Amino acid sequence: MKVMAQMGMVMNLDKCIGCHTCSVTCKQAWTNRTGVEYVWFNNVETRPGLGYPRTYEDQETWRGGWERTRRGRLRLKGGGRFKKLASIFSNPKLPSLDDYYEPWTYEYDTLISAPLGEHTPVAQPKSLITGKPMKIEWSANWDDDLGGGPEVISEDPVLVKIRDQVADRVKLDFENAFMFYLPRICEHCLNPSCVASCPSGAMYKRAEDGIVLVDQDRCRGWRMCVSGCPYKKVYFNHKTGKAEKCTFCYPRVEVGMPTVCSETCVGRLRYLGLFLYDADRVLEAASVEDEQDLYRAQLDLMLDPHDPEVIAAAQRDGIPSDWLTAAQKSPVYRLAKEFEVALPLHPEYRTMPMVWYIPPLSPVVDALVETGHDGEDARNLFGAIDSLRIPKEYLAELFTAGDTDVIDTVLRKLAAMRSTMRDVNLGREVDVSAAEAVGFDESTVYELYRLLAIAKYEERYVIPAAHSEQAHELEELGCSLDFDEGPGMYGSGPFGEASGMPVPVAVENFHALKQRQTSEAVLDTGNKRGRVNLLNWDGKGAPAGVFPPDPGKGS
Amino acid sequence: MNSTQILLWDVLPYVTIAVFVVGMLWRFRYDKFGWTTRSSQLYERSLLRIASPLFHLGMLAVVAGHVVGLLIPESWTNAVGVSEHFYHLNAVALGAVAGAATLVGVAMLVYRRRTTGPVFAATTKNDKTMYVFLLAAICLGLVATMTGAGVLGDGYNYRETVSVWFRSIFILQPQGELMADTPLAFRVHALAGMALFMVWPFTRLVHAFSAPLGYLFRPYVVYRTRSASTAGNRTPRPGWDRTNA
Ligand code: HEM
Ligand code: SF4
Ligand code: SF4
Repeated sequence: MKVMAQMGMVMNLDKCIGCHTCSVTCKQAWTNRTGVEYVWFNNVETRPGLGYPRTYEDQETWRGGWERTRRGRLRLKGGGRFKKLASIFSNPKLPSLDDYYEPWTYEYDTLISAPLGEHTPVAQPKSLITGKPMKIEWSANWDDDLGGGPEVISEDPVLVKIRDQVADRVKLDFENAFMFYLPRICEHCLNPSCVASCPSGAMYKRAEDGIVLVDQDRCRGWRMCVSGCPYKKVYFNHKTGKAEKCTFCYPRVEVGMPTVCSETCVGRLRYLGLFLYDADRVLEAASVEDEQDLYRAQLDLMLDPHDPEVIAAAQRDGIPSDWLTAAQKSPVYRLAKEFEVALPLHPEYRTMPMVWYIPPLSPVVDALVETGHDGEDARNLFGAIDSLRIPKEYLAELFTAGDTDVIDTVLRKLAAMRSTMRDVNLGREVDVSAAEAVGFDESTVYELYRLLAIAKYEERYVIPAAHSEQAHELEELGCSLDFDEGPGMYGSGPFGEASGMPVPVAVENFHALKQRQTSEAVLDTGNKRGRVNLLNWDGKGAPAGVFPPDPGKGS
Repeated sequence: MNSTQILLWDVLPYVTIAVFVVGMLWRFRYDKFGWTTRSSQLYERSLLRIASPLFHLGMLAVVAGHVVGLLIPESWTNAVGVSEHFYHLNAVALGAVAGAATLVGVAMLVYRRRTTGPVFAATTKNDKTMYVFLLAAICLGLVATMTGAGVLGDGYNYRETVSVWFRSIFILQPQGELMADTPLAFRVHALAGMALFMVWPFTRLVHAFSAPLGYLFRPYVVYRTRSASTAGNRTPRPGWDRTNA
């Protein structure tokens, strides 16, 4: 047994209202630069829908992730090392910009500078790629809330897969449609196929906390990671020619702050914490024969942080004691392993994703109430799960490689919790039969309820700061050339715009905030330094620079 | 040999080597972030799908041809029983295929750069300069090959002069006089080649020297420990390493 720690996330889909706040704040913090205009480290998809990039889940086309050979070994679905090198000159499976969308802006200036005339001036859309006027035809969530209707939605790869089984129940016409939101970030997989696909070895998994990163100095732009990731969560920065991806907000996490998407989540549905797992068995677990066993296998990798044997092994393997404590209090461990209500997204890709989802139940309750039933009565609920408007098969295809029994169990647990808690809230005698039917006792139900419904900030985000003995190493170092118009700062190095040094996160923040707070204009669009940066906002008060200075107060 | 010839064939090669080696080291030390293919596949893929492999595979064959033709002495191939005639036939046949692939490939790449809106918009001055040097070397190389093969003029065995001169540079006994009398095509191609290597470290061509062969031998999943030398996802610049003070 080799114990390693992994930062993980759980999202409770019941609570996502699809407001895209997470996406917007993430973009503010990480991808509001040229070259990554089209990139959303965090995106929120409406399901059913095509996803972003379009139909990324169709691995027969995109060939991301791993597959199991007949002899039981794991192989990159996109082809092994030789095939990767042989196709390096032109990557056959790289999505083109159209599969994401062509980013654009509007010519806002014409609105105020147009001469007086008969017609109201319009702000034309202008491509951020070519600078020419363009016709907007797609975006990161063009099919938001089922936009585009049945013609578009029916191409959802998950829907295509289950169409035959549930033809009679999946209705896409307006009155019968179903939908829910699926916020997605990089899964920071235990068996990351992006890392395995990188020819230059620039991508790595951090041994301390499992965060998967791209070394910007070693990436050579072979763009194989983009195809390797089945979730399409590595992006190519077309200006710098380097890959970029969700960083799990490592500069924040290292000092104990939650990721920006979690911090700003309106539904407060994200949970952050540690898993301890057995690194020696990852490959074995990822290679189990039956795809539907992958969820179990992944769950079995997660070690019980209270088990004395695990604790001893963790100490032997150099996990600091404050990290052990954090692992014991980890909400993600509890949701995924103790209560078994959180499921991995697409376990069949065999990458062992570490962002887990609690499947949505609420449409059932609503549907019951609408038909005049008591929507929170366990018996009604259990019965209704079978005829869910969101077909179980659909959820199963997302979270359990098609195993509807697991979905059924999870939804029953959630339903049992609701009905039990209703008894409590109404001061009625608590009927424990529903809870017992799913293997919970009353106190377990209460704990689950607490965690899902009323857990406070400190309970939702249990993030041990990086070890104190390392703390001084973590703050990125700036250097004299990084300042002002030095070659490293914001732009052109000696060999055109892409060269020079990447801007260190800490220095960028410093400049962004300073500039924002001292600039005259409300929004200085021409200057990247004028933007608000949420990366170091700790959730208290308003983020610096979001609002223009109060003129009344003077300066 | 007059002094121009000495400068061109005895001195310039060393200047080239110096600029190339120092340039590459300097670039690697100070501009790792700029060291990339700067792939444009995101913008356009149907032309690239044909052009890029055609050009690169042709180019690799051409490089191999240069290695064999310039580095392996004629006496060696004779010694293993490869006749001059047989060698020549093979070299011309393979060379023609590789050269044609490279030329068609590079022509398509340039056409693509010029005509695809987004690719053109992303083309820097540096790229344009690079293509001038690259195209010059390739085209003049083809002319030299044709001169050697007798397509232009009456043929010329460059392995007795150009190749010997080339090797003489690396054993530090430059024999520039061997170049002085070679056909013009060879001399101009050699100059274009040296020019290309002198601009090489300062263009995107550096990517060729990071061909990821290590990929074949490393474990699939890379783990890295945060350490003093790599904070965040960035290595400190030389001279700005961390201290424990
Ligand atoms: C074996 C080593 C090499 C590898 C693995 C390699 C790989 C690549 C890759 C991946 C690209 C980006 C293509 C794209 O997606 O846009 C590229 C572009 C390019 N390579 Fe190479 N290359 C190698 C050697 C060379 C050599 C020896 C030369 C020239 C002498 C060369 C010249 C170019 C040029 C000019 C481009 C730009 C094409 C364009 O977009 O206009 N490469 N190379
Ligand atoms: S989800 Fe993240 S860690 Fe997993 S393969 Fe994709 S980019 Fe890599
Ligand atoms: S901020 Fe929260 S509620 Fe809003 S879309 Fe993102 S995950 Fe859903």
